Amino acid sequence: MSAGGNGDSGYETIIGLEIHVELDTVSKMFCGCPTRFGEDPNTQVCPVCLGLPGALPVANWKAIEYTIKSGLALSCEIAEFTQFHRKNYFYPDMAKNYQISQYDLPICTGGHLDVETDDVSRRVGITRVHLEEDTGKLIHVGGEGRIAGADYSIVDFNRSGIPLMEIVTEPDIRSPEEARAFMAKLRSILLSLGVSDCSMEQGSMRCDANLSLRPAGDTELGVKTEVKNMNSFRALVRALAFEVERQTKVLQAGETVEQETRHFDAAKNITTSLRTKEYAHDYRYFPEPDLVPIKVERAIVADMAGKLPELPDARRMRFIESIGLGAHEAHLLSDTKPMGDFFEECVDGGADPKAAANWILGELSMHLNATGLEIEDCAVTPKHLTQLLKLLDEGTISGKIAKAVFEEMYETGKLPGVIVDEKGMTQISDSDEIGRVVDAVLAENPKAVEELKAGKDRAIGFLVGQVMRLTKGRANPQMVNDLIKERL
Amino acid sequence: MKHVALLARLELSDEELDYFGGQLAQILEHIDKISAVDTSNVEPTAHAVEVTNVFREDETTPSLSQDEALSNAPKAESGGFVVPKIV
Ligand SMILES: [Zn+2]
Repeated sequence: MSAGGNGDSGYETIIGLEIHVELDTVSKMFCGCPTRFGEDPNTQVCPVCLGLPGALPVANWKAIEYTIKSGLALSCEIAEFTQFHRKNYFYPDMAKNYQISQYDLPICTGGHLDVETDDVSRRVGITRVHLEEDTGKLIHVGGEGRIAGADYSIVDFNRSGIPLMEIVTEPDIRSPEEARAFMAKLRSILLSLGVSDCSMEQGSMRCDANLSLRPAGDTELGVKTEVKNMNSFRALVRALAFEVERQTKVLQAGETVEQETRHFDAAKNITTSLRTKEYAHDYRYFPEPDLVPIKVERAIVADMAGKLPELPDARRMRFIESIGLGAHEAHLLSDTKPMGDFFEECVDGGADPKAAANWILGELSMHLNATGLEIEDCAVTPKHLTQLLKLLDEGTISGKIAKAVFEEMYETGKLPGVIVDEKGMTQISDSDEIGRVVDAVLAENPKAVEELKAGKDRAIGFLVGQVMRLTKGRANPQMVNDLIKERL
Repeated sequence: MKHVALLARLELSDEELDYFGGQLAQILEHIDKISAVDTSNVEPTAHAVEVTNVFREDETTPSLSQDEALSNAPKAESGGFVVPKIV
């Protein structure tokens, strides 16, 4: 069954996601402070993002443009008229005691995204995409660094005011695995658009989930819990799977699920109730008087729509139709932009598409997994792989040697041609040279020779292996084969 | 009244609740009067001034130094603003 694990419990899982994405602008949403990650605390702040009296915000057009582009890529309607609202709350992560956000007039509404898992393809509705400002970062001192039990907290406002795009889905997702697939696809779309670096680990892409169960076949929604603090795709699947199991047990015991916010603890693999005093949320939204409303010209929207880059679905179709990849390989290679770019650079550099796909999804992916690196951060570039495939194709090196060369270039970043020269790994295709080794091997293994003459084909494998061993894998295997047969 | 006070994080005595409660009632009454005006032929106003689309380019400007940023803070530690216990 699916990772939801509730397939035979009689309950259907209902999930809606709320995703926050920090937009990749160089300056903040409403002031000119830089948005760099990892700087010393409170060094990227000014009167506007510190909420000092009299400071006035001015909206960053690039962030609005990025939000419109994201909305277009998610098939949303783009508002003709939109504005910012103040969301009022008391929490020290915002200096102003309100966050500039959007309320009844978000920039984008009513889109959708189709996601595929092994079992199904599903259209997930996008309720809205809006723009707001990120909050500051709190460090809790005492109480093991958790808010409950801390003695006091320290605030860093560097992050405060970074443009934050919020994407809200309809409750259309039916399993933790589908939630992961949705996030992966959304991430690859946003990376293609270049609007965010979408790093869940660094917090530039964050996800909260609303999850409820209902008896299969029911149309009314059950009581939901909100799950927070899922900092990777893996954490998302594990947190939601845990929550499905927990709610299933509650319902099966005849009890009711409590509507609450639950925090995912990645170390223990469980969600726990936050148990904070939850005041009924009453944000008292009102139009931000310091910012004027925005009219989005239709011509600008049409122009942006015309200039959208190729999105993952279109790229996958192109990989299948014009490059001739299989559906599965095309899916894997178009799923993330860096991997798709890597593949295309190889093909543009003259590599055979199928061979390039095999090496990227095979050897390269295996090494990336083992070393925990991303494709764009590893020492092997498209130039390396293309050159390796060329050496292989020309017969300069054998398939076995190619793997050894790959290993070496993954570690050192040296080009394959250099490695092959340095280590003398060139394939031996000189029939005299191979012939001498073949003669020696045949002389040393009379038993295998007899067996081969008696029709035992298995023996030839052994003899070829001996020749390969003596030549350290450098002999051309086909020639070795031919020469042995010729000699008998 | 108590709900409004809670949202504003204000602790009010019973006398103050009475006193401000009366004032709030007056304000609400006044707003009721405004609501009585027929606005069926008036375009809704989104903002007090008739201006739209004021933007800035995505360019950085100098920020304050950490010392400047923290200069008004009642208490600072490790480059951050110290705030009292949250929960
Ligand atoms: Zn600032």
